Amino acid sequence: MSDSCAAPDQDLALPASVDLEKETVLSGTVVNDEGELVQGAYVRLLDGTGEFTAEVVTGEGGQFRFFAAPGKWTLRALSRYGDATGEIEAARGVNETKLAVSR
Amino acid sequence: MAREDVLVTADWAEENLDTPGVVFVEVDEDTSAYDSGHIKGAVKIDWKDDLQDPVRRDFVNQEQFSQLLSERGIANDDTVVLYGGNNNWFAAYAYWYFKLYGHESVKLLDGGRKKWELDARDVTTEVVKREPTNYVAKPLNWDLRAKRDEVEAAIGVKNLIDVRSPDEYAGRLLAPAHLPQEQSQRAGHIPTALSVPWSKAANEDGTFKSEEELRELYVGEAGLDETKSTIAYCRIGERSSHTWFALRELLGYEDVKNYDGSWTEYGSLVGVPIALGDEPGTK
Repeated sequence: MSDSCAAPDQDLALPASVDLEKETVLSGTVVNDEGELVQGAYVRLLDGTGEFTAEVVTGEGGQFRFFAAPGKWTLRALSRYGDATGEIEAARGVNETKLAVSR
Repeated sequence: MAREDVLVTADWAEENLDTPGVVFVEVDEDTSAYDSGHIKGAVKIDWKDDLQDPVRRDFVNQEQFSQLLSERGIANDDTVVLYGGNNNWFAAYAYWYFKLYGHESVKLLDGGRKKWELDARDVTTEVVKREPTNYVAKPLNWDLRAKRDEVEAAIGVKNLIDVRSPDEYAGRLLAPAHLPQEQSQRAGHIPTALSVPWSKAANEDGTFKSEEELRELYVGEAGLDETKSTIAYCRIGERSSHTWFALRELLGYEDVKNYDGSWTEYGSLVGVPIALGDEPGTK
């Protein structure tokens, strides 16, 4: 468990201690217009009412990952290439999404 | 206190990178961000290694803080401009330390690293070397820091502001959603605490909202009683430093404390009252 509230390195593999029978993981990648992975994009998780829940910054692999709960979530990405929004209906286990940012 | 006394814009920062007596400091938990590129001339402070006591569960004391700033080449009369990642959480936390230890002139860079990056402003990997100083910190100012007994006594008496996400407040999640949820402490919130997630005080680019918007948020929407003292808390005291900054430094409320023990401490205490669900609950 992290000692702080900061987001961990988003490029790391899912820690072995994470129990996918219990956790609901929302993960994916951010890409730009050219289809290239975007490093340094700010990805936010908003709950079913549109309220901010968490934010991470993508690493070299353009990846992001959240630990949430089953239900409806919105993902919002901001980057120097533009923005993107995605809706997701999450279930227990890993839920993958791709966010394509553009101006 | 005016906004410009405690916040600087990215434009101001760019114009004052070489101004004598102005020291930029990047504060992060993960300093690899600093190493991959930082604002020109900025020194780094590592939230964990530099600001936490290595043994006790507490932050650095007056002597340790004096030594840290001396090593970084920061003088008592310098204007310190703090910035960092995570929407300035760690920078706000460090700002609170600088105030706790009586530094005269300290400001936050509005929007922190995020706005700087989204604006595509220049960063450098140049190694920064400043001559050591003899920094002398003042004794810790307890007017700014709340401890657990004071927090329990404040239930139903003072404003308590819980700045975690609504799901953490209600007890549906135990940690922010970018972290795994396995935790030892109980879920929920301190009874009578108002839920105002820290993120509501910030714009999407990480800058603070205007004073008018902030007052409407805390007083109009949340119901903060302006005649009472206020204690802010989150999970470990970083996000609540951000709200402490908004309430005390931007809105000018005089008696605002940060409870840095926050939910990791309170939710582990034996016998204290806890409220579950979306309502504040009663004493």
